[in-house]
Amino acid sequence: MTAPDLSVPLCGVRLGNPLVLASGILGTSAELLERVARCGAGAVTSKSCGPTPRAGHPNPTVLAWGHGLINAVGLSNPGADEEVRILRDAKARLAPLGVPLIASIFAETVQGFGDVARKVAEAAPDFIEVNISCPNVEAEFGRPFAADARDAAAVTAAVRRAVSLPIIVKLSPNVPDIAAIARAVEGEGADAIAAINTLGPGMVIDTDSGKPILANRTGGVSGPAIRPIAVRCVYDVSRAVRVPVIGIGGVTCGRDAVEMIMAGATAVGIGSAVYYRGPEVFAAIREELRGFMETHGYSDISQMRGLAHDA
Amino acid sequence: MTLDLPTAFRIRDIRDESPTVRTFTLDGAVQAEPGQFVMVWLPRVNEKPFSLVDDAPITLTIARVGPFTEAAHRLRVGDRLWLRGPYGRGFERLARPAVLVAGGYGAAPLAFLARRLRAEGVEVAVALGAKRACDLVLAERFRDAGCSVHLATEDGSLGHRGLATDVAARLLDANPDAALYACGPEAMLQRLAHLCRERGVPGQFSMERMMKCGLGVCGSCDHHGLLVCRDGPVFSADQVLGARGDFPSPCGRA
Ligand SMILES: Cc1cc2nc3c(=O)[nH]c(=O)nc-3n(C[C@H](O)[C@H](O)[C@H](O)COP(=O)(O)OP(=O)(O)OC[C@H]3O[C@@H](n4cnc5c(N)ncnc54)[C@H](O)[C@@H]3O)c2cc1C
Ligand SMILES: Cc1cc2nc3c(=O)[nH]c(=O)nc-3n(C[C@H](O)[C@H](O)[C@H](O)COP(=O)(O)O)c2cc1C
Repeated sequence: MTAPDLSVPLCGVRLGNPLVLASGILGTSAELLERVARCGAGAVTSKSCGPTPRAGHPNPTVLAWGHGLINAVGLSNPGADEEVRILRDAKARLAPLGVPLIASIFAETVQGFGDVARKVAEAAPDFIEVNISCPNVEAEFGRPFAADARDAAAVTAAVRRAVSLPIIVKLSPNVPDIAAIARAVEGEGADAIAAINTLGPGMVIDTDSGKPILANRTGGVSGPAIRPIAVRCVYDVSRAVRVPVIGIGGVTCGRDAVEMIMAGATAVGIGSAVYYRGPEVFAAIREELRGFMETHGYSDISQMRGLAHDA
Repeated sequence: MTLDLPTAFRIRDIRDESPTVRTFTLDGAVQAEPGQFVMVWLPRVNEKPFSLVDDAPITLTIARVGPFTEAAHRLRVGDRLWLRGPYGRGFERLARPAVLVAGGYGAAPLAFLARRLRAEGVEVAVALGAKRACDLVLAERFRDAGCSVHLATEDGSLGHRGLATDVAARLLDANPDAALYACGPEAMLQRLAHLCRERGVPGQFSMERMMKCGLGVCGSCDHHGLLVCRDGPVFSADQVLGARGDFPSPCGRA
């Protein structure tokens, strides 16, 4: 049998393997993005960037609570102007490695999304990922756009008008019908869908002081604890739309990545696993995935994609 | 063993080291390597990184520089503070004479290192620097551990007038086989890293960057693609000076 081919096409861009660094993990600098690419990621996503600089929430912002992480980083970012410089630098470092760059953006308003997208496109990333699903800024921004099909569609349309780059829209699991949101954003021109952002929000209380530990009190839950929910969301979304899906949530090993692909994912996001296994996790999962394909006689990722749909 | 969630410890003893620096000894222990740090949480205030001065009992030396450290200095014996960790890569102890260089509260992780090195029978010389005599901290701890202590003050009020780096250079002249271990202001670390490179001295440097998660995920403590919280806080001279392709993990060297 020939060696399995791990490469996947995503909106006409080739990824050397399906593993994608998820937004908000290590994506704060060009050098870190390059490091993750060298560690074996098939694509890397930058930390979500908004129109203007934000410090984010005070600490504690991230906790390892036992079965996953909980975070309320609060969208800290240097603002779109500085982000363009970081993304240009990142693009130059990634090009020789053949690793595509996904630039994640957020904004408070529909029009703001268009503005940030236009700005960030100056750096010529391979994709723009539209983060409409952060649960940690509700107090300031109100309900995430991902919570309502019309809002999600309006943001997608604004970004679609602003840029010609492929657009990935990142959805929230915290909705009764994620497939309906997925259809709405596909209808407005999303080229791909990323699912899921963090679950919740959740809360962890210190029983000695009786106080929530996160300074924001609540935070988004990620890691192994959310994997079955992420898998179900990816299953629902990939059955509802024709565009490719980046399956994200709780993947920490090759078997988990296979599960996402069988649920219908074209690519697989890796976030919290960087905490459990370090940046080396990308090469490790890639080799576990290769081993699985060899053992089970798969020569191509597409042979596994959506297998669960027939059940 | 790492404490994943902030865990409460009672303060057993507080000692004034200088007008702005205080050492807190807690009721309780963790298992740590010198150079590792903990995230200290004060509910409703903030959570910030501090080096361990000792792990049994847990000992922290905190300089008052802003809102969090001011709140820490308001704590009294019997009050509680919370910490998670220890985190990060500590110093690797080499079996050769040691020159320790501390600037200001940079003495904190080095006092822990000095105790371990001495317990292993290593000869330890310490260059301890500060602006004024009253700002020199932890000198007693180094002496009690059996180190030779060499002081430097910028205003000349005690010991050598000048920088700890000058003293360090002299100590290295006298000890060409020595390894250097340093913690202090960035400019001091940069200068010492150059010195180590020029002389071929093995050097290890504990660095600071704005730290948030402490877990190696948020990317806020990035130093040229290295994470101070996970790959550090202790780095080699090349890493301090931002040499490329020098990640501690094998994949970084591709
Ligand atoms: C690995 C490590 C070990 C440290 N060990 C010690 C120690 O043993 N003793 C000690 O007194 N201090 C230590 N520090 C520095 C200490 O964390 C800061 O002095 C403290 O966070 C200041 O908080 P603040 O609210 O009082 O002051 P702020 O007004 O918030 O800040 C004052 C200065 O402290 C630094 N600082 C602030 N927040 C952080 C942060 N989250 N991470 C890193 N630096 C920050 C910045 O340089 C800032 O300019 C260490 C830092 C690191 C990264
Ligand atoms: C510390 C942290 C920060 C995050 N920041 C962002 C962000 O800025 N933008 C975003 O779209 N998602 C962000 N996320 C969500 C992740 O990209 C991912 O969707 C989620 O964590 C689920 O995947 P995981 O279980 O592999 O971590 C963040 C997650 C964590 C843990």
